[in-house]
Amino acid sequence: MPFIPHTDYEVKEMLNAIGADNIEELFDEIPAELKISELKNIPSQLTEMEISRLMHERANQDNTPICFAGGGAYDHHIPAAVWEIATRGEFYSAYTPYQAEASQGSLQVIYEYQSMIANLTSLDASNASLYDGASALAEATLMAVRANRKSKSKRILVPRTVNPVYRKVTHTLVKNQGIKLEELNFDLQQGLIDMASLPAEPGDITAVVIPLPNYFGVLENVDELTDWAHKHGALVIAVVNPISLSILTPPGEWGEKGADIACGEGQPLGIPMSSGGPYFGFLTCKQALVRQMPGRIVGRTLDLDGKPGFTLTLQAREQHIRRSKATSNICTNQGLMVTAATIYMAIMGPDGLEKTAIASHGNNKKMLEKLTSKKSITRTFNQSFFHESVINIAADNASVLKKLAANNIVGGINLKSDYPELGDAILVCATEKRTVKEIDFFTEQLATAIAS
Amino acid sequence: MIIYELAVKGRINKAQNISTTDTLNDIPQKLRRKKRAYLPEVSELQAVRHYTQLSQKNFSIDTHFYPLGSCTMKYNPRACNSLAMLPGFLARHPQSDDSLGQGFLACMHELQDMLKEVTGMQAVSLAPMAGAQGEFAGIAMIRAYHDARNDTARNEILIPDAAHGTNPATAVMCGYRVKEIATDKNGDVDFDALKAAVGPQTAGLMLTNPSTLGVFERRIKEIAALVHAAGGLLYYDGANLNAILGKVRPGDMGFDVIHMNLHKTFSTPHGGGGPGSGPVGVNERLLPYLPIPVVGKKGDTYRIFDEHDIPQTMGRLSAFAGNAGILLRAYIYARMLGKEGMVRIAEYSTLNANYLMKMLEQAGFELAFSNRRATHEFIVTLKKQAKELNVTTLDFAKRLLDLGYHAPTTYFPLLVPECLLIEPTETETKDVLDAFVAAMTTIKKEAEQNPDKVTQAPETMPVRRLDEVRAAKQLDLRWPAKENNA
Repeated sequence: MPFIPHTDYEVKEMLNAIGADNIEELFDEIPAELKISELKNIPSQLTEMEISRLMHERANQDNTPICFAGGGAYDHHIPAAVWEIATRGEFYSAYTPYQAEASQGSLQVIYEYQSMIANLTSLDASNASLYDGASALAEATLMAVRANRKSKSKRILVPRTVNPVYRKVTHTLVKNQGIKLEELNFDLQQGLIDMASLPAEPGDITAVVIPLPNYFGVLENVDELTDWAHKHGALVIAVVNPISLSILTPPGEWGEKGADIACGEGQPLGIPMSSGGPYFGFLTCKQALVRQMPGRIVGRTLDLDGKPGFTLTLQAREQHIRRSKATSNICTNQGLMVTAATIYMAIMGPDGLEKTAIASHGNNKKMLEKLTSKKSITRTFNQSFFHESVINIAADNASVLKKLAANNIVGGINLKSDYPELGDAILVCATEKRTVKEIDFFTEQLATAIAS
Repeated sequence: MIIYELAVKGRINKAQNISTTDTLNDIPQKLRRKKRAYLPEVSELQAVRHYTQLSQKNFSIDTHFYPLGSCTMKYNPRACNSLAMLPGFLARHPQSDDSLGQGFLACMHELQDMLKEVTGMQAVSLAPMAGAQGEFAGIAMIRAYHDARNDTARNEILIPDAAHGTNPATAVMCGYRVKEIATDKNGDVDFDALKAAVGPQTAGLMLTNPSTLGVFERRIKEIAALVHAAGGLLYYDGANLNAILGKVRPGDMGFDVIHMNLHKTFSTPHGGGGPGSGPVGVNERLLPYLPIPVVGKKGDTYRIFDEHDIPQTMGRLSAFAGNAGILLRAYIYARMLGKEGMVRIAEYSTLNANYLMKMLEQAGFELAFSNRRATHEFIVTLKKQAKELNVTTLDFAKRLLDLGYHAPTTYFPLLVPECLLIEPTETETKDVLDAFVAAMTTIKKEAEQNPDKVTQAPETMPVRRLDEVRAAKQLDLRWPAKENNA
């Protein structure tokens, strides 16, 4: 019996102690007519060797293609030590640190994580994590509505340059709470929020979402946008890529007063792409908004002897205490991913992270030069970028991406359904991992696929 | 020691330091970071040693008995982790073409099918990333169902007072009012109170069965009929599915929508607070509203279904497809159990709980519901000790740590005073349960004869009891220094 240690003799002893004849008797409070005799449509059990064979077959079937896609999930190098340590049983098989004295390891990791991510975003405080970047944006908008007490409109401006899936998820999660998400359009040449489209008299706005880099990889005019939002009484929610923050202006320094809340996808910090999860969402904010944050928060305090230690804090915000009045329904978050990200940031250090960002940006630049040397490939936007960009191709983008897949290349993300006005556009990305040889190969294969 | 205290300015971890000649000249100066982010500068060994030592300050399933009620802290098989981390799975970009993910998608499709079978539902979506998100998806589907029928006067969700806090918090996030339903003296839902509460304003009922009181809700069929007759739907909180796997199914009990906690029942890691995974299952009524994506199959080919395939979907919950790597772990676990193993989970977790309950009762502990069977968990109340000896549940919990046991869940459910919710799980041996009873007996004696030993506990942990008031009043949420040591 997999993972059940009981011997027949022990079962007999235990039943004797309980005063039951057999195990089935223990289920005698369940109405008999509800019970089932068998799980018909479940296959029979496999040994570890058998499941191992099957999973190796399936993993090999999926192979390890060369990846030029980003859009929120990035193929960065992960130091071997990160997952060696994160999957130690003491981290892997512990739970939410309810018993602080027996969970100082996990608690200190989260405190260190909160410190690092607050520094990276240049804001004051961080929570212990949310599910992913998309749901972090949803929680950030809910937080902004709670925090901006002067605003009554519950209107949030969300530019179309924000990842379209993040916008969809945010809509799903906030639509039943009377919050209005209003789109801001972008300039077709620049790939940036159209500053001219910002109304002079916007009325009561609760918050403005500003991405850096935006979904197209382009760098928005964050200072002007932040100041505009603040001038009109809105809070600023930054959506940022954590690797890029080692070279780009952090949200806390945008404009005159800095963004109020920053959030984003933590995956670039040492988490494998793994079909989209598990990742983690980060959320940081100015000190004044700390009590409006959703989710777990770890604080440093003293024990009875005056020795420093760590504990979950500000729990009066949370669902297990406040129930229907909680700041969010979130309970379990993404602890293990945060553990990995913390180890990643410690091992990379500020210099390693900066080099990763510079090399990724450099590779994207090289890739764009190579790609646009082909007549059939053009750059869609003319502004500065981080490590991904939009290209237009002279063929149907869906069928071209299919052809590339057949040659073991993930050629980027098809933008047609979310941005039909861009035509046959593809969002491509090159991280620090891509070699010159891979970029050359991609260029030739893409040109061939377009021509064929 | 905090990692920042180990750091020294200028220490560079060369093995991870890419040499690059690229420049940032094309990025306008005003968009460039002025001062380097303050991250620790340590060697790789310093980092490895630091985090290894931190791990050793944790209790975990791998190191200690962890009978945390309602959390199902059972053995997390190592194979599930190593096989889910094969390069072919880790390297898959979530938006790569379906043709490059047939192996992964096959696992997901089969997992959907297995979860349908164990819960008795018509369809399953793996999208929700934790139990609370599964709850959200479920209640949002109930809302979408009523809205689609223009039945918009329903503005209330009924929730028993024993429920997890996530239930009421979720209902509010979906725009509903919450009405609490009392529990009767035997731990069942107070049927008369429910009857009085159900009406044309009822959108649905959220129920955990077995409940968080560690008992099976015996009148579930009547409850389902009552709510359905009023036009409401039934939501099943799958927190305690472990207790009934292969014995009885939520779909057969009359539930319209359910969530499962794969990090409980299907043994994916709890990870020090997640990731979780909270797939939802629905019956025919709610089929059109399933969260996306869902994995479909045409002939021999697997494909991801999105809003084009499920136009009335309640929406997307994550950037991609939920906690995919966790779903893989659950799939591996489910295949290793098979149909034979799944039912044994219910049987042996129930056997362990009933045995432990009996032995603790014999050792003189008071049970919350002594006339009921335990499910996979049960409740001990220490109200006598608290009243007569001034030794509380919190004290017992802390003393257990000293004796090498993670404490059970304390002070939940809120309606049983001074309670310990104890869930031993099926993967523990009788010896471990006996030793736990001995430890509880020791603490009980200490509470009577030498209460300081208990009220001052723990004494063997890395820290003693922490000042939580100070933590909340003098907020220290990050390392305060501004740069690494010179």
